[in-house]
Amino acid sequence: MSTGKSSKWRDTVILFATLTLFWLMLSGKLDTDVLIVGAVASLIIALLYRDGLSFFTEFRFTPQAIVAGFRYYGYFLQELFKSNLKMAAIVLSPSLPITPGIVKVRTRLKSRMGRLMLANSITLTPGTLTVEMAGEWLYIHCVTLGATDIEAATAEIVSGFESYLEVMYG
Amino acid sequence: MGLLIDIIGGLLLVSGAAFLLFGSLGLLRMPDVFNRIQAGTKTTTLGTLLTLAGAACLQPAWGWKLLLIGVFLIFTNPVSAQVLANTAHRRGAQKTPLTKIDQLAEDQEGKA
Repeated sequence: MSTGKSSKWRDTVILFATLTLFWLMLSGKLDTDVLIVGAVASLIIALLYRDGLSFFTEFRFTPQAIVAGFRYYGYFLQELFKSNLKMAAIVLSPSLPITPGIVKVRTRLKSRMGRLMLANSITLTPGTLTVEMAGEWLYIHCVTLGATDIEAATAEIVSGFESYLEVMYG
Repeated sequence: MGLLIDIIGGLLLVSGAAFLLFGSLGLLRMPDVFNRIQAGTKTTTLGTLLTLAGAACLQPAWGWKLLLIGVFLIFTNPVSAQVLANTAHRRGAQKTPLTKIDQLAEDQEGKA
């Protein structure tokens, strides 16, 4: 959570690079005029929204973090697939076997982006949904309730994603 | 080779559509707003991603744009689901009697 001048410039440069990459993917051309328009627009947005969050804000550009990033997305897609199948099974079974509830869990992550990614990952995997965040506490709605005490619920819901995000963002 | 990719693309499209169908079915069958959000906004994530992947197989030229759509989906979909759930909870939306526990409501009562 450094808010020094240099890290702010770093964030601006990273945001600029991310936006330019998006522009290139979207336009699909490498002509000079397209490049100039994209670069100018990205620069203006990057300067205006330098305090905002973007994909690589607070990302630690170390080899470990990049490896953890790839493993995180692998783990995430695997979880997404598994939990979707589980959800499909629930929806298709005639008795609708749900035991919903809202549990409280705690995260070790400190960075804003790390927490955002954690909450998003939990929400994206069906069956769990982040309802409220308050500092290190997250309130998760579960379709099928597992453990209800904080430690056990944290281990069940949070720990899988957290171990990767901790290396990526801290 | 081209035929194989076409078949894979078609299969991806069909399975994507199947997950979207399960999502809509969940929307109908789930008893309260939170469970509906769970079924409706999120089985659709995989459904849409599979549909995009299928489209990318059939139209490789769209690949980058489809990837971009997927990335935006992954980042925006959970935010909207979170805001919906959060607002519903704050406004005291009815919870199904099946609900076992609500530690958020308990904590808020403690503060009030």
